[in-house]
Amino acid sequence: MDVIIENLPIYWDGFLRTLYLSVVSGVIALVLGTLIAAARVSPVAALRGFSTVYVEILRNTPLTIAFFFAAVVLPRLGVTFEQFEVAAIIALSTYTSAFIAEAVRSGVNSVPVGQAEAARSIGMKFGQVLGLIILPQALRTVIPPMINILIALVKNSSVAGAFYVLELFGHGRQLANANGDQVMAVLLGVAFFYLLLTVPLGILASTVERKVAIAR
Amino acid sequence: MTSVLYDAPGPKARRFSLIASVVGAILIAGLLALIVTTLAQQGIFEGRRWAIFTRGDVWTLIGNGIMATLSAAALSAVIAFPLGLMLCLLRISLVPWIRIPTRVLLEFLRGMPVVLMMLFVLLVLATSPFIAVVIGLVLYNSAVFAEIIRAGIQSLPKGQREAGLAIGLTSFKSRMLIELPQAVRRMMPSLVAQLVVLLKDTSLGYIVAYAELLRAVQVMADFLGNQYLFPIFFVAAGIYIAINIAVSRLAVWIERRGSNKTAGGVAPAIKTIDLQMPQAK
Amino acid sequence: MKAFISRRKSILLAAGAAVALSLSACGGGGTPADTAPVEEAPTFAAGTTMEKLSSAGSIKIGTKFDQPLFGQVGLDGKPVGFDVEMGKLIAGKLGIPADKIEWSETVSANREEFIKQGQVDLVIATYTINDKRKQEVSFAGPYYEAGQALMVNKDNDTIKTPEDVSGKKVCSVTGSTPAGTIVEKYGAVLVPVATYSACLEPLRNKQVDAVTTDNVILAGFVDKEPDAFKLASDETFTKEPYGIGLKKDDTEFRNWINDQLEAFEEDGTYKKAWEATAGSVIKTAPELPAIDRY
Repeated sequence: MDVIIENLPIYWDGFLRTLYLSVVSGVIALVLGTLIAAARVSPVAALRGFSTVYVEILRNTPLTIAFFFAAVVLPRLGVTFEQFEVAAIIALSTYTSAFIAEAVRSGVNSVPVGQAEAARSIGMKFGQVLGLIILPQALRTVIPPMINILIALVKNSSVAGAFYVLELFGHGRQLANANGDQVMAVLLGVAFFYLLLTVPLGILASTVERKVAIAR
Repeated sequence: MTSVLYDAPGPKARRFSLIASVVGAILIAGLLALIVTTLAQQGIFEGRRWAIFTRGDVWTLIGNGIMATLSAAALSAVIAFPLGLMLCLLRISLVPWIRIPTRVLLEFLRGMPVVLMMLFVLLVLATSPFIAVVIGLVLYNSAVFAEIIRAGIQSLPKGQREAGLAIGLTSFKSRMLIELPQAVRRMMPSLVAQLVVLLKDTSLGYIVAYAELLRAVQVMADFLGNQYLFPIFFVAAGIYIAINIAVSRLAVWIERRGSNKTAGGVAPAIKTIDLQMPQAK
Repeated sequence: MKAFISRRKSILLAAGAAVALSLSACGGGGTPADTAPVEEAPTFAAGTTMEKLSSAGSIKIGTKFDQPLFGQVGLDGKPVGFDVEMGKLIAGKLGIPADKIEWSETVSANREEFIKQGQVDLVIATYTINDKRKQEVSFAGPYYEAGQALMVNKDNDTIKTPEDVSGKKVCSVTGSTPAGTIVEKYGAVLVPVATYSACLEPLRNKQVDAVTTDNVILAGFVDKEPDAFKLASDETFTKEPYGIGLKKDDTEFRNWINDQLEAFEEDGTYKKAWEATAGSVIKTAPELPAIDRY
């Protein structure tokens, strides 16, 4: 236990970086994912095709491969960045956006057909139907699954620890090596900090889910 | 369904759509061309870099990596599924002192990064990397399977359980004989979708030194020299995506095929998201 | 020797068909059969670990699978390198032929546990002897003394000593001792990776300023791409005596291995093992360091 208390500043540093990666990637993924979902139901064939391919490829790529491309291939294409956090955020947010897009799409599908018909019958265009009528209703039902995707994102950010960003998991490995006799305590400390993020989010998800269920 | 969102496009909208599609396609093609030429300038497409793929032993190693990936995934799935069923039964038990600790355990397992569990097993229990990967995957995925099946049971029409109890089955027998079989069938697409996640997560073995596909190709790139890094990784990424898309297709196929043996039909895979499921990862 | 290497390289560049031939040079060399002679029916006192292993006719050795020149897995799935040669030599003295050695991969973090729980009989895995580890396992050797060094881009003249990387980005493997040293003693910003080779691209792209680990491993990278990378200095700033890890307090086994190491030095097999592996890059064969008979 001492080892956790002694190294609390290190844990804290890792925790903050994990939080940073999760929050920034989460916001980008939400925006990007919603746009991709909109593209998937749009009237323009090219957008539908592009977004379908985007989602299919990203959903079926292991995150480790996504990290490799963001951190190693992109610089070769001239997309250079000073901070490796940028590569991690690119990998995490694009990967997560595919899942967000699928969640939003299923939400769009869950909105009763009559809503869209009513909106169109009063003369709304596609953008208005989607933006003013469908998405606001869809988002409500997709909030719980989205929170779950964000939980997965927090956990997924641990992969960054092996790809150039020293976050919670990476710090944990460093500490485990430096304290070979107390590996268990070190790793339980890491677990604690992850649960500090994921468990409240999980509880939030079930609460929201219950609320939404009642509202329907 | 999607057509509900917009009016049938008239000539003007169709023209606009066509133009937008063409412009979009050109933009994407241009971007791809830019990427390819940039990489080509760095000699990544030179024949000698790809010549390694004419070698038998390179493919033997890639094959070993694929086998290692698939065997870890298969073993984990085979263990995790029954374990998930069991956890699910405990989770919905009517006895609070069984239900509540199980719930806490499930929350814990779902809240932990899989790679951290793998590392924990590897270091604290000092197992081989293979065992570490399998245990990590089993712990996480059995929790997820439990939640999927629970969601399936809850989505069954109430009458199913009521009928079971009415004909004199005990609560447990009703679960086992009536609800579980239907729930599993109903959630089959989600369960298969989770298999894709499990399969992808084997690549975390890379971080704990399990010689699955990704690590096998990394070790190979190390051995052969850095100039082969890109070809080797492009091929590995292609293999991963191909395997995963094949399994995803299976999920879609099961969904389409449907089943009339279940009250309420088969839930589409995407529904998992609505039912408390961490889909990503 | 240098000319020999570069000729092999040019073959590699010239023709895909010749790739197979030159690969062994890249990976740290094949194994000439004569470097690991197998003793015929050696005898040991009853009850000793040597006797047990010898009569069992097999031995489990843990080594690194991703450490160029020392322990790296080749295309046939078998590890090659100086550590591996050492293992073969010791096994040979026990009357165990090379194909009866069960190699398993040990990573930096699980070596002590592997020995303690008997998953391996020996660990020969660029395993630095230090006091903390001595409390958990025993060490024979050292059989080689490496030292931590820095690798930088060829055109980098600002980084010479470890003091120069204070506040700069240095790439190393997560959870490794060199990574800990460069951060704690020299105040570098660690850029963590899973294997050392993953540091090469960021270094080339100037996203990190240096790569740090033991000099011998870096030398392997520099040798493969002498136009891109160089060692910041020939001086090392730590001493990393590599030992052979075995069960704690198995003093008989430890003393016996130490005797064998000295015998290898005496009869020239030590030098031969070096030349067949790491010697392809580091030309001057090392002397066996003074054995630490604690």
